[in-house]
Amino acid sequence: MYIDPHVHMVSRTTDDYQRMALAGCVAVTEPAFWAGYDRSSPAGFFDYFRQLTDFEPKRAAQYGIRHHTWLCINPKEAEDPVFAKEVISLIPQFLKCETVLGIGEIGLNKNSRNELEILDAHLALAAEHDLLVLVHTPHLEDKLKGTRLIMDAIKNHSKLDPGRVLIDHIEEHTVRPVLERGFWAGMTLYPDTKCTPQRAVDIFEMHGTERLWINSAGDWGNSDPLAVPKAQIEMKARGHTLDSVRKVSFDNPLKFLSQSGRFRIA
Amino acid sequence: MRAAPESSCRLVIRTVRSTMRRFYHARMSATPPPLSKRAVVDRYFLEHRAKVLDIAAFLDRFDRAQGDGTDDYRVTALRECCAVLLDGKPDRARRVLELLSDHSAEPIAKAPMKGATGAIELQKKGAI
Repeated sequence: MYIDPHVHMVSRTTDDYQRMALAGCVAVTEPAFWAGYDRSSPAGFFDYFRQLTDFEPKRAAQYGIRHHTWLCINPKEAEDPVFAKEVISLIPQFLKCETVLGIGEIGLNKNSRNELEILDAHLALAAEHDLLVLVHTPHLEDKLKGTRLIMDAIKNHSKLDPGRVLIDHIEEHTVRPVLERGFWAGMTLYPDTKCTPQRAVDIFEMHGTERLWINSAGDWGNSDPLAVPKAQIEMKARGHTLDSVRKVSFDNPLKFLSQSGRFRIA
Repeated sequence: MRAAPESSCRLVIRTVRSTMRRFYHARMSATPPPLSKRAVVDRYFLEHRAKVLDIAAFLDRFDRAQGDGTDDYRVTALRECCAVLLDGKPDRARRVLELLSDHSAEPIAKAPMKGATGAIELQKKGAI
């Protein structure tokens, strides 16, 4: 049994839902993200938010999987602050939906001033509504710098408790500062550009299993919606206990997400 | 987006919290892997033998290729990473990632693109 707390199911087929259910997935959470192209109007986001809050939970339910979501405009579309703030203004009307857990995945992409401004606007919204926050950290060479900028930006919002913020896509060079500052940390299991299941298990062995989770971040690119069960297999093959496997793939996401008061498993 | 100056009281609280977190983190970390060294080799050697061959073949392919790009910063960075693998020191994965990272501190004026290249020109890199 497992929870995939970060997967972009709008990009996946129903076959993936079936395979995930067969592998033991009981719940997913889906952050809003970049579609691979820039939307031409805020109305495009309105429809996307409807898809996330209305259609996708029904599709997941056909396979016995509970679907939850996070709302935002992704940092890849934050370079136009006027446009981005129009999109952010759409979010409050969706916060009443029972499957919305918080704001995410917000963060930085190229670590620009405009991205920081929009990150700050999202953080203010989360603080105002006392919401959980799911943070995207930048890719590859931009991750170290972006993670530091993001943690400093969150620190400026005294209402935001680090224990209610998960900083995702951490790797070996960012895991320690994230945990030391009291945040939760997520490891994304990607074939090439983030953690492999093997490296994720290495990180558990080096840093423990407190406030850490794993996710597939399956999307429209090179990714694997079965990455979490593959990491479970890797842990078992190395001789880790079933309790440890369950902790990182079920208990920890359940503990963090339950802070929303809305997270349910099937 | 600079934070306001902290009062001495807040600074003390922040320092105590930070120290407690470091202590907590140190206590939770460094669980030895359940596998023995021999078992690690048995399980992972062939996979990583293949990955070393991929790097060797990539560098050969690069050398055989024609045209510009001889001084491509990504290949230079990859060669630097290979040196880290052989220096006999621990935390190789973390240090390789740091070698490939932008170490500047200030946000940039405007995002030049959406993607990332995976490395940074060494001459642009700050102190590591």
